Amino acid sequence: MNRPATDVFATQAMQYIPRLRRYARALTGDASAADDLVQDTLERALVKQSLWREGTDLRAWLFTVMHNVFVNQIRSSAASRTVPIDDAIANLPQPQSADRLEIRDLDTALQALPEEQRTVLLLVGLEQMTYAETAQVLDVPIGTVMSRLSRGRERLRRLMRGLPDAVSLKVVK
Amino acid sequence: MSESRVNESDLQAYVDGRLSAARSAAVAQYLAQHDEDAQRIDAYRHQNQVLQAAYDPVLAEPVPASLQPVNRRRMPVQRYAIAAVLMLVSGFSGWQLHAYVATERAQTMYLARVAAVAHAVYSPEVRHPVEVGADQEAHLVRWLSKRLGTSLKIPHLAAQGYSLVGGRLLPGDRGPAAQFMYQDTQGQRLTLYVRVSGEARGQTAFRFAQENGVGVFYWLDGRIGYALSGESDRAELLRIADVVYRQLNP
Repeated sequence: MNRPATDVFATQAMQYIPRLRRYARALTGDASAADDLVQDTLERALVKQSLWREGTDLRAWLFTVMHNVFVNQIRSSAASRTVPIDDAIANLPQPQSADRLEIRDLDTALQALPEEQRTVLLLVGLEQMTYAETAQVLDVPIGTVMSRLSRGRERLRRLMRGLPDAVSLKVVK
Repeated sequence: MSESRVNESDLQAYVDGRLSAARSAAVAQYLAQHDEDAQRIDAYRHQNQVLQAAYDPVLAEPVPASLQPVNRRRMPVQRYAIAAVLMLVSGFSGWQLHAYVATERAQTMYLARVAAVAHAVYSPEVRHPVEVGADQEAHLVRWLSKRLGTSLKIPHLAAQGYSLVGGRLLPGDRGPAAQFMYQDTQGQRLTLYVRVSGEARGQTAFRFAQENGVGVFYWLDGRIGYALSGESDRAELLRIADVVYRQLNP
């Protein structure tokens, strides 16, 4: 009879659950959707755990798994949660004092950002990853991280002030 | 360093405090002379603060039970594998397999929960922590073995710093259950909850659950389910669970 195996991987992964939940909450803007995302992430991580090399950064690895799960969910979701940018601005209370933001408005503004900008903004601003870690998690070059960060922050600033999104207006034909 | 060489990436890195002191000073100097950028950078810094203020409280929330013991989630996969073999051998139908796995998981989770509750109820007791004290250990074993209908063994944890306080009979989900209590010299208590189920369920790995500050390592061994509960940290609890397991399976 073998001694029960204790799961080193699971034990280490557990300590990152609160951080995964925090990120998922901001990413999805919805507590139960966030926990579903975390659960799917953990399940995927356990299945794929042989791909994680012990001694490397487990946090970055788990966030990578979460990012992939999230992107797959967005792609497979028939009813996209994305709100057209004009509607999002119209729905924000405006004009608004920048100092007195309600969390609900922050949620709304974040959800109005394109997924690729929201992801970078949250990994850097909330999870406080370095740009190199963020690039690794998203599997994009650092230059891409920097430009998404810059555009995301500017867009969020304008959304939270109820300003027109000049940045996107320039880009859209 | 010329301020004209301050680019957008520098400004972003300034927001996140990721610049060297020299570079940071150059950016500060640049911002002092470029009001519009300065306002923008202020707003970005404010965004970081607002994000953290809004979402950091999630870190302090208790992790929902459905997410907590990651290793518990792994087990069904292994059990499916074992059960799949069983199915091939014995011709189990898919439905039976599904029912088997679901029941087994529900039962072991229930085991952890009742053990944690029993720990929380009895371990703070000062005057009546147990029904039968360690001074009557032989009687305790005979009595509980008779009530649970199996030959129980009481692990000895003196080498680990825990002495037996005694034990008690508890109502379990299917009948009588037993709780053995231990304490160290500081009065820190551990309890071992033992219950017998109707049929042999094979063996499981150690699993960990946490319920209101009580950590529980639990496992099944044939008809008997064990759960070791305590407020000590997870590593310490695992160390003891390991010793308990070895003593019960020499």
